[in-house]
Amino acid sequence: MYSQGLIGADGRSEETPEFLAAFQARVDAETKIEPNDDMPEGYRRTLVRQIGQHAHSEIVGMLPEGNWITRAPSLRRKAALLAKVQDEGGHGLYLYSAAETLGVSRKQMTEELLDGRAKYSSIFNYPTLSWADIGIIGWLVDGAAIMNQIPLCRCSYGPYARAMIRVCKEESFHQRQGYEIVMKLAQGTPEQKAMVQDALNRWWWPSIMMFGPHDADSQHSDQSMAWKIKRFTNDELRQKFIDATVPQAEYLDLTLPDPDLKWNEEKGGYDHGPIDWDEFWRVVKGFGPMAKDRVKARKKAWDDGEWVREAALAHAEKRKARAQAAPMAAE
Amino acid sequence: MSGEVPLWEVFIRPRNGLAHKHVGSLHATDEVMALQAARDVYTRRGEGNSIWVVASNAITASDPDQAGENFEPGEKIYRHPTFYEIPDEVGHM
Ligand SMILES: [Fe+2]
Ligand SMILES: [Fe+2]
Ligand SMILES: [Fe+2]
Repeated sequence: MYSQGLIGADGRSEETPEFLAAFQARVDAETKIEPNDDMPEGYRRTLVRQIGQHAHSEIVGMLPEGNWITRAPSLRRKAALLAKVQDEGGHGLYLYSAAETLGVSRKQMTEELLDGRAKYSSIFNYPTLSWADIGIIGWLVDGAAIMNQIPLCRCSYGPYARAMIRVCKEESFHQRQGYEIVMKLAQGTPEQKAMVQDALNRWWWPSIMMFGPHDADSQHSDQSMAWKIKRFTNDELRQKFIDATVPQAEYLDLTLPDPDLKWNEEKGGYDHGPIDWDEFWRVVKGFGPMAKDRVKARKKAWDDGEWVREAALAHAEKRKARAQAAPMAAE
Repeated sequence: MSGEVPLWEVFIRPRNGLAHKHVGSLHATDEVMALQAARDVYTRRGEGNSIWVVASNAITASDPDQAGENFEPGEKIYRHPTFYEIPDEVGHM
């Protein structure tokens, strides 16, 4: 997920038609592509960008929730949130590891995030204003992520698919802990119910924007589908998510903030109202309320960690030198 | 910043009786930190009871371009039991 229909991806490649056809035949036969296999440059580039954006999203996604760890209302909630945020860090690392198999370095990816060249999911550029936001994020944001990520477990690129299998195994805990928070509040005092409804009102539209632009406006989708990097279009995934979520909201007697949302018997799914794509692009391009803070926080973590990285490298050098000196001393 | 923090490949044995299996990689300055990081990154839910870390640059791999010559399965069919004709009468063999 988080790759948001590949913002700015360019899947064009210039290899010979025979090479491309042979590659396509492998993909069509569901043979996984592995790190050192021949692959079209466009395939590699698309994956580097997508996996990188996904990894950055997991890492930046730790910030809005990490912000609430110390203020979680009970030890149970605190322990669960801490574990969830740690998982997101793990997801980022699985994904950086997968991206590095394509020949891009971790350092390079980190630099691109910190200098603003690399994108991450715009959802994390919204602020988490109340404890209810943490519940809504688990329910909707992790829920949308799961919709996106399950098909990625079958992605044609082996290391990405394997990383996504690990990620998906861990995500359902995230969504369930979120829904449980929402449920407690929705069934609590009128103030608590109002607080969770307010959070839902703020997060609903950004959550359904997570699936990226409509298929008609998504330029690079066809090539990614052909290469089996993507298995479903943005609109297909969005539809699945909405259909799964509406009954979950109804169960809690919460209102989704879309007056046009209604069941369409003919298509067997819900219709929804128009999405504000101007807002989406504004937030993607870094004008979200929290965009500056997010990158600033990552940059501060990176800069503050510099002496640690240096000291650890120096320590490793010293240990190596000692180990080399030791046998000679024994002689 | 001085050098890059080296890359390590991580292998985990899910339980006794099974082999260590590659699960991914990570960056760490030495093998001690690589093991600690591998535990945090790859075993948060009882994924295993033993971890190996190997410096990525210590791995020698076969060339995928030679996979045809190296691993061509079709040609030595006499290496497979089905190549030989044994009468049913002699029973399972
Ligand atoms: Fe995640
Ligand atoms: Fe998650
Ligand atoms: Fe994710």
